[in-house]
Amino acid sequence: MSKSLNLYGGLALGGVAILTAAYNFADRNVTPLVDTDRVLGEAPASLDMGFMLRPAIASTTAGDGPLGIGREALPEEVTAWDVDVRPDGHGLPAGSGNVSDGDDLFQDYCAVCHGVFAEGVDNWPKLAGGTDTLDRDDPLKTVGSYWPYVSTVWDYVHRSMPFGNAQSLSPDEVYAITAYILYSNDLVDDDFVLSNENFTEVTLPNVDGFFVDDRDTVELPVFSQEPCMENCKETVEITMRATVLDVTPDQTAAREAFQAEEAAEAAAEAAEATEEAAPATAETAAQPATEEAAPAAETAAAAGDLDPELVAAGEKVFKKCAACHQIGEGAENKTGPHLNGVMGRTLGAVDGFNYSKTMAEMGASGTVWTEEAMAAFLAKPRDYVKGTKMSFAGLKKEDEIAAINAYLKSFAQ
Amino acid sequence: MTASSNDMKSSRRAFLRGALAAGGTVAGASMAKAAGPDPLITEVQPWASGLGEGVDATPYGLPIKFESDVVRRNVEWLTADVISSINFTPIHALDGTITPQGCAFERHHSGAIELSKKDYRLMINGLVDRPLVFTYEDLERFPREQHVYFCECAANTGMEWAGAQLNGAQFTHGMIHNMEYTGVPLRTLLAEAGLDAAGDLSDKWVYVEGADASSNGRSIPMEKALDDVLVAFKANGEALRMEHGYPARLVVPGWEGNMWVKWLRRIEVADAPVESREETSKYTDTMADGTSRKWTWVMDAKSVITSPSPQSPIRHGKGPLVITGLAWSGRGAITRVDVTVDGGKTWQQARLAAPGQPMALTRFYVDHIWDGEEMLLQARAHDETGYVQPTKTQLRDIRGLNSVYHNNCIQTWWVKPSGEAENVEIS
Repeated sequence: MSKSLNLYGGLALGGVAILTAAYNFADRNVTPLVDTDRVLGEAPASLDMGFMLRPAIASTTAGDGPLGIGREALPEEVTAWDVDVRPDGHGLPAGSGNVSDGDDLFQDYCAVCHGVFAEGVDNWPKLAGGTDTLDRDDPLKTVGSYWPYVSTVWDYVHRSMPFGNAQSLSPDEVYAITAYILYSNDLVDDDFVLSNENFTEVTLPNVDGFFVDDRDTVELPVFSQEPCMENCKETVEITMRATVLDVTPDQTAAREAFQAEEAAEAAAEAAEATEEAAPATAETAAQPATEEAAPAAETAAAAGDLDPELVAAGEKVFKKCAACHQIGEGAENKTGPHLNGVMGRTLGAVDGFNYSKTMAEMGASGTVWTEEAMAAFLAKPRDYVKGTKMSFAGLKKEDEIAAINAYLKSFAQ
Repeated sequence: MTASSNDMKSSRRAFLRGALAAGGTVAGASMAKAAGPDPLITEVQPWASGLGEGVDATPYGLPIKFESDVVRRNVEWLTADVISSINFTPIHALDGTITPQGCAFERHHSGAIELSKKDYRLMINGLVDRPLVFTYEDLERFPREQHVYFCECAANTGMEWAGAQLNGAQFTHGMIHNMEYTGVPLRTLLAEAGLDAAGDLSDKWVYVEGADASSNGRSIPMEKALDDVLVAFKANGEALRMEHGYPARLVVPGWEGNMWVKWLRRIEVADAPVESREETSKYTDTMADGTSRKWTWVMDAKSVITSPSPQSPIRHGKGPLVITGLAWSGRGAITRVDVTVDGGKTWQQARLAAPGQPMALTRFYVDHIWDGEEMLLQARAHDETGYVQPTKTQLRDIRGLNSVYHNNCIQTWWVKPSGEAENVEIS
């Protein structure tokens, strides 16, 4: 912070000057607007009201004061939204949570992406480990190895997690989860309790590992030299090529689709040219079209019994699921299995998805995703399938469950 | 039935044969000779005879189908999920400087949300005289400004720190867009709430936060907040797109894209930075010794040749060639761009399409006569502060290989005699 004080020291005057400019600017632009309205003889009441209010709430800072736009925020509104927590504990609500409860909560809400021990799953963030890796190739940046402040963990978990169900955790739950993350980084013992009382006593290892941007002093002078324009080097060698790695995404799909269209045209042209070829081409062209039409009709028949409004409502509710589950054409297994054709299927039956033991066993014993089963699961996932990997608290409203059921049914294939 | 160039059949094939025959004779400044009359000219084409689409066929127009590959693209292995991910602007296929909204890169932390103007609220609280709530309509009643600014993700080119990785300007440099914003200066909104309560402004901060589930929040020093930051609701003349923060986002000229909070819902005047996730665990630049720079907000001067490039190879053989690219700086206006075709042995100054504007993209051209031999193409930007875009080696010497963010190195394309191009590093 000392560096930032140096950076912004002496700016107070500048700031005030800019503010004054803003007021002046505002005045110049608003006054003619009202004049125009008067000329037209139909000044909107609201505008006049605005101007009458202005003197009453005029600022003492500069100029004519505010424009009187907007309304005062109510204390409960500020409380609802102003929940950020800072390193000094500013913004922290009263509460506490221990490592053991945090472990349970973490397994329920976080482990599906962050791993049982906060070690991370696939490409999802690893929250533990990485000690002494910051100066090596590919450092592992975790809460324990990199994050400077516990407040950042608390604040982020509280406001932005769990992924797909943010702002659903109580302060005590957030204290507990934070305690577990500290524990998983070997920073506290297993009997540790984190609370607003002892919060600022916890210091993360890398708290002193950051310094304020010094590019202006370290880089700017080096990178402000007039560069060489002629005879700058004798030889040039290629030292590395991107195609050796071959990690660039395939972007040929669109191009190929267009080329296929062109090729089809060319084929049609060729067909026109030779009489014998013409019927053959027509046949080939017609065949896939018929095949495509068949399943489409089937889906339509299956979906025929569904209330389109309910399906549409389900599509909205499904946004809660979409962080982990895909559905529809091209759906694949992600954090959760794809859900195409899930209704009527046995539990745990999607190939290539690693289900929890219970889910797999229920499937093996013949349990099927009926409407009732799905409703029970969605109401309380961990009660219906003990040990499910799905870290979702459940849908509280029955109409949401009914809507989801209808939506899932609409993807019979 | 609509007349379209797709309807032409034998006429095009005949012409393709003609063009192929002529292709072999293209050399130097000599003009190509047609093998015969071009049927596209000598024959009446369907679109010149029949009728096209009527008005209203497409109430909101999209690019013609022939441009269907000019789209944003994602690099799947970069992130765990598309909900919290990034894609890339197809800069290799665009010209000019303004990025159309429909192909401007997206970066979401919890997905792009549908937030209506009716449901939009913006709160200003903290060290202000009056905590305020604005509706969307309120925002439109404040005096407005218009500015063109680039928005670049701090991680743009971040995959290239350790070596040449991604083969295309879209992927190496496409986390950028440049739009004309209409909005209200943040200082106007702060003045409306009153800053007397904040006292001395020199050490104060403004914390800005989005309405989506990620609740992305960043701390901005008051000096910048009172300078040129905008709360924008229009881009390129129309409403922001959902993926860019409809109905209102923050515009923080010249500073890293993560600070341009979308779906802006709250502005808090504070006496300290929040040290949120996005300004501690992310968007901090780790040096070779393991310490990390924080508050690296400014985007340094940078440029890239957009064509020719791996996704935009030369198809026309030797002779006149337009080399073009983009340059920008978060420190101010671009004043000069140098281009080399021989890997930096000799450089020439490129022609700027228009004088550089502060913190906006500048388009440059080199009207080159290509001899058909291989080229090692590079561009080098200069900005009005005298900063000259560094080489990868210069950056690595200071920062090492692990800083992830703020890679503004000079990019090299190896153009082969075939006209194909590849992302390479050179000595």
